[in-house]
Amino acid sequence: MRFNGFHAAALGVLAVLGASPAAAKTISVSATTPDANEKLQEALILAEPGDIVQLGAGVWTLTDGLSLDVAGVTVRGAGAGEGGSILDFTGQQGAGEGLLVTSDDVLLTNFAVLNTKGDGIKSKGADRIVYHQLRVEWTAGPKETNGAYGIYPVESTDVLVDSVYVRGASDAGIYVGQSKNIIVRDSIATENVAGIEIENSYNADVHDNIATKNTGGILVFDLPSLPMQGGHNVRVFENIVNDNSTPNFAPKGNIVASVPTGTGVLVMANRNVEIFDNVFADNGTANVMIVGYRYEHKDPNYQPLPRAIVVRGNQHGKAGYAPKFPGGDMIAAAMGGAIPPVLWDGSGDAVVLDKVGVLSLNLPDVKTPQSEAKPAPADLSKGTPPAALPAITLPESMEAKVK
Amino acid sequence: MKRILAAVAATLLCASGGAAFAPPGVDQALVESDAMPPKLSAFGLFRGNDPGQPSTGVAYTLRAPLFSDYTEKHRFIAIPAGKKARVGSDGVIDFPVGTVLVKSFGWNDVGGGRPVETRLLIHRASGWVALPYIWDADGKDATLALGGRRVPVTFKSPDGETHSIRYAVPNKNQCKECHSLNGEIVPIGPKARNFILDPAASDAVRARYFENPAALKPTMPIWDDPKAGSVADRARAYLDVNCAHCHNPAGSASNSGLFLRWTDDPGGVNYGIGKRPTAAGRGSGGMDFAIAPGDPAHSFMIYRLESIDPGIAMPEVGRSTVHKEGAALLRQWIAEMPRGASN
Repeated sequence: MRFNGFHAAALGVLAVLGASPAAAKTISVSATTPDANEKLQEALILAEPGDIVQLGAGVWTLTDGLSLDVAGVTVRGAGAGEGGSILDFTGQQGAGEGLLVTSDDVLLTNFAVLNTKGDGIKSKGADRIVYHQLRVEWTAGPKETNGAYGIYPVESTDVLVDSVYVRGASDAGIYVGQSKNIIVRDSIATENVAGIEIENSYNADVHDNIATKNTGGILVFDLPSLPMQGGHNVRVFENIVNDNSTPNFAPKGNIVASVPTGTGVLVMANRNVEIFDNVFADNGTANVMIVGYRYEHKDPNYQPLPRAIVVRGNQHGKAGYAPKFPGGDMIAAAMGGAIPPVLWDGSGDAVVLDKVGVLSLNLPDVKTPQSEAKPAPADLSKGTPPAALPAITLPESMEAKVK
Repeated sequence: MKRILAAVAATLLCASGGAAFAPPGVDQALVESDAMPPKLSAFGLFRGNDPGQPSTGVAYTLRAPLFSDYTEKHRFIAIPAGKKARVGSDGVIDFPVGTVLVKSFGWNDVGGGRPVETRLLIHRASGWVALPYIWDADGKDATLALGGRRVPVTFKSPDGETHSIRYAVPNKNQCKECHSLNGEIVPIGPKARNFILDPAASDAVRARYFENPAALKPTMPIWDDPKAGSVADRARAYLDVNCAHCHNPAGSASNSGLFLRWTDDPGGVNYGIGKRPTAAGRGSGGMDFAIAPGDPAHSFMIYRLESIDPGIAMPEVGRSTVHKEGAALLRQWIAEMPRGASN
């Protein structure tokens, strides 16, 4: 059944048929159909489990955010690059994101979402979601007026982000929040404030990505006063994390506005995070930074310290030559022009087996202001790392979708 | 409103007066089917398909309504014969399968006061379903708009200002974004604490529609009546209705950790007091806290309420104008909090 250029009458017939069971079908929608925004939204509403909503090639000029609430639907475009299916939200008038998915077992593949006013693509409570070969971009590059998150799964179990490209997010390019069992791989995050961020989440593998020219490349955070917290068991490995030199352009007040320009991987207040076999270079503040949550909070259940952090087997290029945290330039000058590639605020515990220097700010109590830092080299190589974390495996139904 | 009340009264009179003049009523089989008919008239909810003349049911209003671009809303409930709603001990109203909540939106100075759209919330065996209908240009019927639509309108708000907006009729999914609890659609407004059954309804009518009508005791103040409650209580009522449908632990904004129900602790960080932004993006407006006690100018809750930029504005759907009066109430509430109350 093709929806290409269909008429209101045809829609009416379909609407009356409503939920009658039908074989899986492909619903094609054209970018040039009149009222394309409304027609595409209708297709997303009328799709049934198993259906494919096929986005025609071309530039879709959209004014209102789209949403999908039917389980088991695939939204497939003709490509994420030029000549593909480009959902252009430059003139967006409503909704907090370009596309919102709230159903399980959805595959999003081969299209682009550009210049949304808020987030790019958000999925909430959408288990087993697959983001594949997508592009989310703010085409004017880094600007504070860009939307916050590019790809934004939250409150979900089993999340796969595979082969996506995200550029220009004023918070995080790829942001996974309050979720469990996550893989982010083979993706490129560039010119965002945070390239990839795993926040308040359990069990994540972030691997084989390129995080370059962001403010901070890859962030693993835990924040207080949220429904799901106590982030743990995150592996960051075999990524290229280089030249994260874009000045921080996040709107003030957001936690990422505090990320120093030139940060490679930043771990804040998580436990059991492994950072291994990555290639780091040209991160002016630090290749790896390990810190506690140093803001005031009133959450008795919150654990603000980084614990059981392991750094091993990474390649370290040039780093620490332009540390953008308060007092960083003075410390660098005192140390001959650069600080070591691993920076620790002195809170919690970490094991660093890489043969590079570690600078501790010696602030074990997160309530101590940073102005009281007593920076000094630290040796974190003597500790015994905890048992290695197992690899994340996702349901076979998800992996089958990207084969 | 009066017209609707009169019409409802007439309907009831008719019904009680004998079966001979029973009006063509609701197509209950259609209501309870899975169908999404393309025309509103199919349901038979209005006599002569006049949106001012419900064919059945009882009207209601709310102490604090959801702001929707200054629309006037006319609401009624249709409950099938032989069935009744029940007010639960928690004040949530349990409507039987077959119930239709009907809400028509319009402006007195647009199209002669005829509604622009009518939204149905239908309780079917499979759960609640939300269907948006837009009235046709000739006003004779309304057409299903599953994908939503923007309708250009020009109207005056109560302060006399003229607004020309592209009013957004929500799509079916957006209906659910607000009406969602644990991923299922539920009614928002009709909770005992906020619910005003048509004051003209007799005890007999009340007993016709409710098993326990005495339990309909509204506890929230009328949000814009200074005599009805303190500024803080009226602000909390406003937040409950305009925000808490998403901002609750099972709602669309559960991940924000900002919970604004009437029953939430209004002094807590999860009520926004001293709460740092979560996933707010540009919505933070460069500010540190949702609510900075005593300082509305540095409370990004106010910033978001006073914006119509989709990357900033709250609520995220259903609003293309700023609700000045609502924002003013919240400004006053925050201004009157002792500074530093979050510490």
